Amino acid sequence: MSTTRPKRNPLAPTPPALLPPVPRSRAALGLAAAAAAGRFALQRCESCGKVQYPPREICAFCLGDALRWGEVARGGTVLAATTVRISADPYFRRLMPWRTGLVRMDAGPTVVAFLHGALAAEGRARLALRLDKAGQGVILALPEEGTAAMNDDPVLRELGCAPAQRRVLITDGRAPFAAALTRAFLDAGAASVFVGIAEDWRPLPDFAALDDPRIARVPLDASDAEAVHRAAASIGGRVDILVNTTWHQRPGDILDRQDTIFSREEMEAAFFGPMRLAQSFGPAMRSLAGEAAFAPCAWVNILSVAALAPAPGFAAFAAAQAAGLSLAHSLRRELRPLRVVNALVGPLDDVWHEHVPPPKLGAIALARAIVAALEDGIEDLAIGDVAQDILARYRDDPAILLREA
Amino acid sequence: MSRRAGYEGVVVAAPTTIAYERYSIHDAHWWIGRALRAALAAAGARPSDVDGLCVSSFSLGADTAVGLTQHFGLSPRWLDHIPMGGACGVVALRRAARAVQAGDADLVACVAGDTNPPDSFRRQLTGFSRFATDATYPYAAAGPNGSFALLTDAYMRKHGATREDFGRLCIAQRQNALAVPHALMKRPLTMAQYLAARPIADPVALFDCVMPCAGAEAFLVMREEAARAQGLAYAQIRATIERHNAFPEDPIQQRGGWAMDRDELYAMAGTTPDGIDIFESYDDYPVIIMMQLEDLGFCAKGEAPDFVRGHDFTVTGDFPHNTSGGQLSVGQAGAAGGYLGLVEALRQLTGQALGGQVKDAATALISGFGMINYDRGLCTGAAILGRA
Amino acid sequence: MSSLAAFALDLMAGKIRVVDLTQTLSPDFPTIALPPQFGQCAPFRLEEVSRYDSRGPAWYWNNFSCGEHTGTHFDAPIHWVSGKDLPDNTTDTIAARNFIAPACVIDCSREAGENADFILTVPIIEAWEARHGRIPAGHWVFLRTDWSKKSGAAYANVKEDGAHTPGPNPDAVRFLVEQRDVLGFGVETIGTDAGQAHAFTPPYPAHFFMHGKGRFGLQCLANLDQLPPTGALIVSPPLKIKGGSGSPLRVLALIGA
Repeated sequence: MSTTRPKRNPLAPTPPALLPPVPRSRAALGLAAAAAAGRFALQRCESCGKVQYPPREICAFCLGDALRWGEVARGGTVLAATTVRISADPYFRRLMPWRTGLVRMDAGPTVVAFLHGALAAEGRARLALRLDKAGQGVILALPEEGTAAMNDDPVLRELGCAPAQRRVLITDGRAPFAAALTRAFLDAGAASVFVGIAEDWRPLPDFAALDDPRIARVPLDASDAEAVHRAAASIGGRVDILVNTTWHQRPGDILDRQDTIFSREEMEAAFFGPMRLAQSFGPAMRSLAGEAAFAPCAWVNILSVAALAPAPGFAAFAAAQAAGLSLAHSLRRELRPLRVVNALVGPLDDVWHEHVPPPKLGAIALARAIVAALEDGIEDLAIGDVAQDILARYRDDPAILLREA
Repeated sequence: MSRRAGYEGVVVAAPTTIAYERYSIHDAHWWIGRALRAALAAAGARPSDVDGLCVSSFSLGADTAVGLTQHFGLSPRWLDHIPMGGACGVVALRRAARAVQAGDADLVACVAGDTNPPDSFRRQLTGFSRFATDATYPYAAAGPNGSFALLTDAYMRKHGATREDFGRLCIAQRQNALAVPHALMKRPLTMAQYLAARPIADPVALFDCVMPCAGAEAFLVMREEAARAQGLAYAQIRATIERHNAFPEDPIQQRGGWAMDRDELYAMAGTTPDGIDIFESYDDYPVIIMMQLEDLGFCAKGEAPDFVRGHDFTVTGDFPHNTSGGQLSVGQAGAAGGYLGLVEALRQLTGQALGGQVKDAATALISGFGMINYDRGLCTGAAILGRA
Repeated sequence: MSSLAAFALDLMAGKIRVVDLTQTLSPDFPTIALPPQFGQCAPFRLEEVSRYDSRGPAWYWNNFSCGEHTGTHFDAPIHWVSGKDLPDNTTDTIAARNFIAPACVIDCSREAGENADFILTVPIIEAWEARHGRIPAGHWVFLRTDWSKKSGAAYANVKEDGAHTPGPNPDAVRFLVEQRDVLGFGVETIGTDAGQAHAFTPPYPAHFFMHGKGRFGLQCLANLDQLPPTGALIVSPPLKIKGGSGSPLRVLALIGA
């Protein structure tokens, strides 16, 4: 089980939020891209097939110049281990002592990796790629067999964003998936779930069945700058995971509409609202991210996969989502050390998609996938069959995807 | 493989050290320039006599040896810059010797030096190499401490070395250093102190680590008749080797390039490990000393702990080693650490020791090791110098 | 002395009181909610442009945005389909003299307090006239419900089946327009029509009949409890929006002290 959230001394100074080392070669960014998607990938030479590490430009076995990222076997043997007690880097100094080791991979290379506390200095290990607080991919050596207590390791805690014992803000309680998300975070052991409610004079039927003392409703309307400021001033310092659920979707291609009224609302929800949330909540969360444990750690954006390629019948909505996705990408850099999880979803199982053939995405499945991504350290995910299909096509060739619609 | 030609007629002289300081407000240019000036003064030479220059430094900023020619007002006809860290002294020597031998230069000044403002060590680590930036520094940023801790850990478990074995090496070097005026470490080291030292990266503790500092070292390479004409004390170059990225297939470094080339080294010098009177090894972490003892043939692989237990490594002992105290006790002035052993051997062979003088020393082996590019040191080199 | 000069002197002397009938424009004030497939009335939003800071060192100002039918607002005849072809039916073309007119205030606050779905009927109007006299032509008729004293959810009072707020039935509206020739109809709730007025025939009779005859609406009024049943003079000029269907506005009542 996870550690209980410690009480902090309110008079103790908040340590500054520090980042682990950021610079990387372009090739090494492949680790981050793979880690973000939850894959374990290294470069492999297209000429001789040898797996390479550290990431490079040229094969160390045949001078081949075409190295492709792909999944490789995760097994390895620990050759040496150390407990680092003195680090040159301010970020790591705070984490001392810290275990690292050399692991000979079954796939070939020897890697320097963070060592899980349960690993012996010799023996088998399972390697994983995780994003660090700078958003860079780092290699982690874990025990071959996972255990329930495994997540309590300091390395995993530092790199993880599991909702257990954390305080979550669902920014828009009126989003079609807000109640399901609230339920999922409560089930995952969240310490509290703030639910933002816009226009609190309107009924909120979805939450009628949700009765849990950990739920706290807060007035929050992402379309109103002052309301966002007020909410951030009131709870901004107590949010560990912010789930940006602002959502507005109506059918309509560009020429179907005679005006930009709906598009403005869609842009409000996908772009301006999240921008206000980031401007108000971002600095507070980022500034507290240096707390030792259970610091603010994650910012989750829920976006339509139509951001990657417009879906017919929802062209205007797709354009707004593309703006939102671009914003989300920038937030990833600006909000560091917070992790920015961008979850892409397909057609929701709602009234606006009744004419769309299945499969469609239910709120419960969406919510569970978000929680799982936070638990597993994944930053880029597509939820549901349609979103995964589009994402696969996008990764294969975005130019072709754009002509498929 | 072609047979190596010897270095007949080429000698090395003017061992020069600019006393180390823990921190310096001066740039590396200042330290290197001072060493150059001192070496020329020792040889009675003018700057205009220098027609070959070889430089090693980590802290010149955007400059290389090229920029230093204008900075120092030199117009050499042969120029080299050797970024090989702990192997740069041996490599500088063998390149300079070939240049002199071939007539490309008559007087080559070889200089290594670095400055050390506070925090320069960390800044060097962050951008030490592409692989370090990508694949070691982000893993707790322990720098060489972390890398050598892993090598030490593996070596200890594989070969049964103990902390005491490493301690013996460090204590002997400290003993040697006490007689050297510019050594940063001034007090004797006991085994109890060694074992109780602050842990840095297990099993590496404080006294296994060198202290970064500012300083410079230099020597001159010239034709033997030129040295004689100046009345200079000099040593002969009997053999050298260098090797890079040896044994890349080894999962973890347990041997260095010396193991590939040592037979040629001794054959070229016409000697054996038994014929070595002084051994100046690269000592940035004692585990590497053990590796050199094995790879350079003083004992078999894995037997260095026994060898250490069975010998006295002090100046007056049966295996004089790192006779000035090495980097562990004198300090590591960046790239000058790659010169320290060579300059000390030259002093010993020419009777100019700053500290203890090894009696009747005729043959010295100098070994260099440098550049933890990723998980292991890539550059190895060795030279055998003989008393003239 | 002219009557206008006498009025001005009385005003200056406090013999005429000015009552503000306007709700404060703020993002928190409820707006009309239509089914989600329809475009919605944009709520009031304020965005700070600068406040004596790096964005403008010596000045403070905001951009605001909202729908025409936000907060205390005026409905022009063109707002409803029944009034779309009338002459001078937009905020910019309505004759300015209409913006100053006396009002009759029908107090149904007790009934509305007891029943959110209270309906104003002809008999209630006739009962009021029995006490206060016949409603003169060209007057506003304001329905006082004290609804403006509520706020938030209680003010909007939206349930699963829609809003529940008081308003007139079709006969009452026709009576006021056709029998009394009123200038317009003013209420304290979000619409001149009752919350459940979609069920009337025609739906939304206040909008349908008032605007169909070129009459006006005032909504989200406040402080009607400070007005006498008769004798208040209402100043209610909307913004001069070209082709506008209505506008937020400041509504003032002048009453004798």
